[in-house]
Amino acid sequence: MSKPVDHLNKIKHSLRRRNRAEARFRWYGRVAVFIGLAAVAVLFGDIISKGHGAFQATYINLSVAYNQDLIGVDNLTDPDELAMGNWQALPKAALRAQFPEVSGRSDKRKLSGLLSSGAGYDLKDRLLANPLLLGETESIWLLADDDIDTYYKSWLAGDAYAARLTDKQIIWIEQLHQQGQIRLQLNTNLFTRGDSREPEQAGIRGAVMGSLLTLVLTLMLSFPIGVSAAIYLEEFAPKNRWTDFIEVNINNLAAVPSIIFGLLGLAIFINFFHVPRSVPIVGGLVLTLMTLPTIIITSRAAIKSVPPSIRQAALGMGASKYQTVLHHVLPLALPGMLTGAIIGMAQALGETAPLLMIGMVAFIVDIPGSFTDPATVLPVQIFLWADSPERAFIEKTSAAIMVLLTFLIIMNTSAVWLRKRLERRW
Amino acid sequence: MKQRTIFAAIVMTMASITATTSMARESIEVVGSSTVYPFSTVVAERYGRASGKATPKIESTGSGGGMKLFCSGVGTNYPDITNSSRRIKSSEFKKCQANGVTDVIEVQIGYDGIVIANSVTAPVMELSRKDLFLALAAKVPGVLEGELIENPYTTWQQVNPALPDTAIEVLGPPPTSGTRDAFAELGLEGGCKQIPWIKAMKKTDKNAYKDICHTIREDGRYIEAGENDNLIVQKLQANPAALGVFGFSFLDQNADKVQGTNIESVPPTFDSIADKSYPISRPLFFYVKKAHVGVVPGIEGYLREFTSERAWGEDGYLAEKGMIPLPIDERRVMGKNTRALTPMTGSEALH
Repeated sequence: MSKPVDHLNKIKHSLRRRNRAEARFRWYGRVAVFIGLAAVAVLFGDIISKGHGAFQATYINLSVAYNQDLIGVDNLTDPDELAMGNWQALPKAALRAQFPEVSGRSDKRKLSGLLSSGAGYDLKDRLLANPLLLGETESIWLLADDDIDTYYKSWLAGDAYAARLTDKQIIWIEQLHQQGQIRLQLNTNLFTRGDSREPEQAGIRGAVMGSLLTLVLTLMLSFPIGVSAAIYLEEFAPKNRWTDFIEVNINNLAAVPSIIFGLLGLAIFINFFHVPRSVPIVGGLVLTLMTLPTIIITSRAAIKSVPPSIRQAALGMGASKYQTVLHHVLPLALPGMLTGAIIGMAQALGETAPLLMIGMVAFIVDIPGSFTDPATVLPVQIFLWADSPERAFIEKTSAAIMVLLTFLIIMNTSAVWLRKRLERRW
Repeated sequence: MKQRTIFAAIVMTMASITATTSMARESIEVVGSSTVYPFSTVVAERYGRASGKATPKIESTGSGGGMKLFCSGVGTNYPDITNSSRRIKSSEFKKCQANGVTDVIEVQIGYDGIVIANSVTAPVMELSRKDLFLALAAKVPGVLEGELIENPYTTWQQVNPALPDTAIEVLGPPPTSGTRDAFAELGLEGGCKQIPWIKAMKKTDKNAYKDICHTIREDGRYIEAGENDNLIVQKLQANPAALGVFGFSFLDQNADKVQGTNIESVPPTFDSIADKSYPISRPLFFYVKKAHVGVVPGIEGYLREFTSERAWGEDGYLAEKGMIPLPIDERRVMGKNTRALTPMTGSEALH
């Protein structure tokens, strides 16, 4: 039999050790959180430092003469004539007027290379919007070529990247700079245009619209189906081997790699039902398959968290099972279901793999306006740009990632906010 | 009430989906080769902007994948055009015919040349495809017939006594690159099949044959220099002893820094690639479904843009993106046939 003093000593001794263990454990936690935060900070820092430049674009100020003979168009309302018009001649003529001393074929080509190949079409759009300009001259800021843009930005930053330019082009840019005829402007193209092979003309509007259309369809289909399935399984279905089997399968589906849903979509929707390739409908259907398990699982959890006393009270007051579920359980479970739906949508927003099989990884310039227009989505756009050889696409890629991350942050924050705001605790 | 509205909404969505799927297509659908992709996307974009019509949609599926989709049938659910970095195979042509794709218009748009280059400060190299295979393959034939050994060669002289006594050091694209595939297929395989017993394997064991001919050594003699060909040019400039593998357009644009290696005594030039005397080059094609012309709007306009001088001509924007144009006479004939929508007869010599 030991003495009481021994116990006291033992406890004193072990107390210090146990306190130390707890302090250590806390530090492990802090270090883990710090590593996570540091990884996020490095990721964001890298993306922002690479991508911030893409929000500005280089423009060159020139006086453009809308010379009818030069374009070769008499009637601005005839679409065939407009299509055949020599629109590129306008910026070329403006550049030659700016640098009259340039001669020789190759020098002239280099001079034309200062401006984006889309500058002529920009002028066409402007002329069509203001037909009175025909025959007039105006001073206007025109979009510079991507090589010029890269050089000018790096030159302003003090570390000029001149590998893609000739010495003459560099002299021309310096002249323009001294005369205040070249400057950085907000890059509105990035937000108003679709994809392009010319980095300076490429924008994410098409991809954002594609993502939006696809997600709207996904939400419209997966939320009602997912919630109905969850309610039936939780409230009405008998507990037997079959429902267990279904539950195992739903959990399994949630863990299936997303590319498999793409293959499924290809086989069922495209090859069997003949839904067209590359359209938001087929994308929405495939992503619905992918998000359904997530929504069903979170919805079931939300329904489970409603205390049985609520159901018993409703039943006790004479409500039918149907009334109990619809009037009492569903409203209380809805915040949890919505949170699940938002997280499912955020997951769907970031998917590329299932879309690969159904033709949504494609070069699409026009901005989709309906569920049946060919479309691509934001993460696919990032993938396509990251793969492009042109140097100016590096910053575009990072800019597109920033936009995607912004959407994801907004969606996840609203999920947290909804939960905090609407959730009831018992 | 509430769930009735929800139910109605679901039914409506389903109905609208089925209704819209049967609608006609407004834009051209192009699939196929990733090598042709950078060229066809530029044409599509220019065509869309100039005409104000819907811009064609282009998917990069690879030549084989594109051909499979293309030959699956006629109708707006199937693509209108497929790009290809090789000619259609007779098996593919037959499959097309079997699926009702009877009238196929073949358009050759130009060439893609792959060059082996070194710095202008070093002497011009003279190589054959067999030298390339022996120097760069992972496994090479040993002394005995049918025997394969790990590539033992460290200098060019060991490969071929006529070559200089310099170390083998080749900078080239990584396996993800199409240039690498073409280099292996046209350069290495071209040399590999000059060895009789390996050539005989092609018939008996095609996979093993491909494995021998296409696998590049990984012991540091072949250095993967990334997808960026500009970077290879810079590294060659810094290291006159090394050779580099890249597309012809980079040689053309950096003629002040690098020079092309003669392959079987043919220097890589614009003309030698165009007239096929330079061995490591391949023609680029696209194929059009004639039944879709007039059904899907814009196909004729797209063909006209692609076959215009401003696109595929010597000073055209495609040449600027790195494509080698056809000779002027061939361009004229090809352009005329394309615009007249002349389909393949089926009597072409296909593989």
